[in-house]
Amino acid sequence: MAGRSPWYLAYRRLRRNRVALGFGVLFALIVAFVLAAPLWANGVADTGPNATHTLERVEVDGESREVVNREGKPVGPLWFGAGGKFFLGADGRLGRDEMVRLMYGGRTSLFVGVVASLITVLLATVLGLLAGYRRGWVDTLISRALDVVWAFPVTLLAIALGLALATGGLQIGPLHLSGDSIWVPILIIGVVYTPYVARPVRGEVLALREREFVEAAVAQGAGSIRVMVRELLPNLASTLIVFFAISVANSMLLESLLSFLGVGVQPPNTSWGTMIAGGFELITSSPQLTVVPGVLLLLTVLAVNVFADGLRDALDPRAKLRLEAHAGAPEPEGHAV
Amino acid sequence: MARFAVRRLLGMAAVLFAVSVLVFVIFNVVPNADPARQLAGRSANPQLVASITDEWGFDEPLPRQYLTMMGNIFSGKVVSYETRENVDERIVEGIPETFSLCIGAAVIWLFFGILFGYLSAVRAGGWLDRALTVVAVTGISIPVFWLAAILLNYLTYKLELLPSGGYVPLSENPLEWARHLILPWVTLAVVYVGFYSRVLRSSMLDAMDEDYVRTARAKGLSERRVMTRHVLRNSLVPIVTLFGLDFGALLGGVIVVEGIFNINGIGQYAYESLLNLDLPPIMAITLFGAFFIVLFNSLVDIAYAYLDPRVRLGESAS
Repeated sequence: MAGRSPWYLAYRRLRRNRVALGFGVLFALIVAFVLAAPLWANGVADTGPNATHTLERVEVDGESREVVNREGKPVGPLWFGAGGKFFLGADGRLGRDEMVRLMYGGRTSLFVGVVASLITVLLATVLGLLAGYRRGWVDTLISRALDVVWAFPVTLLAIALGLALATGGLQIGPLHLSGDSIWVPILIIGVVYTPYVARPVRGEVLALREREFVEAAVAQGAGSIRVMVRELLPNLASTLIVFFAISVANSMLLESLLSFLGVGVQPPNTSWGTMIAGGFELITSSPQLTVVPGVLLLLTVLAVNVFADGLRDALDPRAKLRLEAHAGAPEPEGHAV
Repeated sequence: MARFAVRRLLGMAAVLFAVSVLVFVIFNVVPNADPARQLAGRSANPQLVASITDEWGFDEPLPRQYLTMMGNIFSGKVVSYETRENVDERIVEGIPETFSLCIGAAVIWLFFGILFGYLSAVRAGGWLDRALTVVAVTGISIPVFWLAAILLNYLTYKLELLPSGGYVPLSENPLEWARHLILPWVTLAVVYVGFYSRVLRSSMLDAMDEDYVRTARAKGLSERRVMTRHVLRNSLVPIVTLFGLDFGALLGGVIVVEGIFNINGIGQYAYESLLNLDLPPIMAITLFGAFFIVLFNSLVDIAYAYLDPRVRLGESAS
């Protein structure tokens, strides 16, 4: 097998992992499902995610029914009884179409998860490379800053930031984010998870910088930026890919939690977390409003986690990296506070 | 050892200081949280607000306000801006509830995490391993608050098997104490059971290839003894690390679980205070939580040295 690139070998290993591939397909299906939101909304349900139908009636198999009855109980799943309208019923007093909201909500949840993870990995790569390669006071400064974020209970920090920013918005230079912007939870999640990725990245850079190829590059006169970007970064790529995947799963979970508590995604945006929060108020009379978005969220996170597991096995067959990131990977050199 | 302890203590103090400054800054840049207005209550007139501002020193420079608040937190005099009740006393009142919740959940997750991980590793590749893997990965992927809502709905509202929440002190009625806490315990433990069994499984599989395992088998030890005394024992090191970190950081998860199950502990208090943008309790609770995190971080390092004699304490803290 001489001459094959490591990426090709990893791809071949991944292709043999049936379980990981199966869950990868499941994830692709969920993505396709949420991307189809406008098609379903305009073509089948004929309504938007925020359109209310409180006082309207809907024809079900020739019989007219109230979308929300006098006690405030929303109509249950109609499947195709009304030609696809209220496929999963209405979402509560406001009588919005649950299926349409589920699809648009999934877009938000996935978008937040993916973009927040990009931020986490980007920040962690920059900080980890600088700290690990430059060492000295740069390392001390970065590592101590990460320790401070690490010392916060993650949820508590995220809730505190969520509240602070949801009431006041955020001003970064010329950029202004209003409190209900989708970018507020994205930034919060991206930042609070950074130490959990940056620390192991730093550890790996510390090991890599002693290797011969770095010495060779330095001997050829490469500057530190060149060494970090051209020599070290490609060697971190497989670690970063796996961290990114795990981070998507964790970010989606944290987003749903923040939204459930009212400090994540704000109206008019909808996510699976806000839908579960809304459904929880009606859980005894309409449990499907809690169950359905939760099951979809669970399936998505599960698919990402299993696929990430397969990805790790494929990229690092010796699986020496312990990347189970949600609580932070144990570091070989111990936790220096 | 003494040098290590001193350095570690100084490091802990520095991190706690930074954490408290960070919280203070976050809540002082929030525009809608004027503490004088909060203290004045709903029927506030400008004079009252002005006199409170003066009396409580809200017009003083921020560093001085910070020092005053920290002084009050550590001397037990700090009061909430919203209810004016003593914050430290309220935290102490919440300790039995929150600690019952955390310790019970930790016992459950350690027991099942280690049991599942052990069985998975011993039967690696078999159907039991696969079934346990499904359970573990699902546990890691489940939204905790959602699980709480579902369990509450089906086990409590529909089947009426368990109480819907609340707290009965252990000293009053141990059976009711456990009955009220079983759902919160399970909810809090589920993620960690999945996570720990995965970590233990892979760490045991690594250990099985080690020379000392072959030696143990060559000595003629029974398979069970090899697995428990040699493989399992040496694979528990990462579990100890994780447990220290996770248990220290549990206050975050407690916020949600206490809220849903209506347990009036520190987590509930934290959430109420956050919603009211009530800075004194937020500061005190964050410090309380961060203290446990840095404390358990240090304990982990010490436990490391005991479990693995190759680790020398003074050097590990570089």
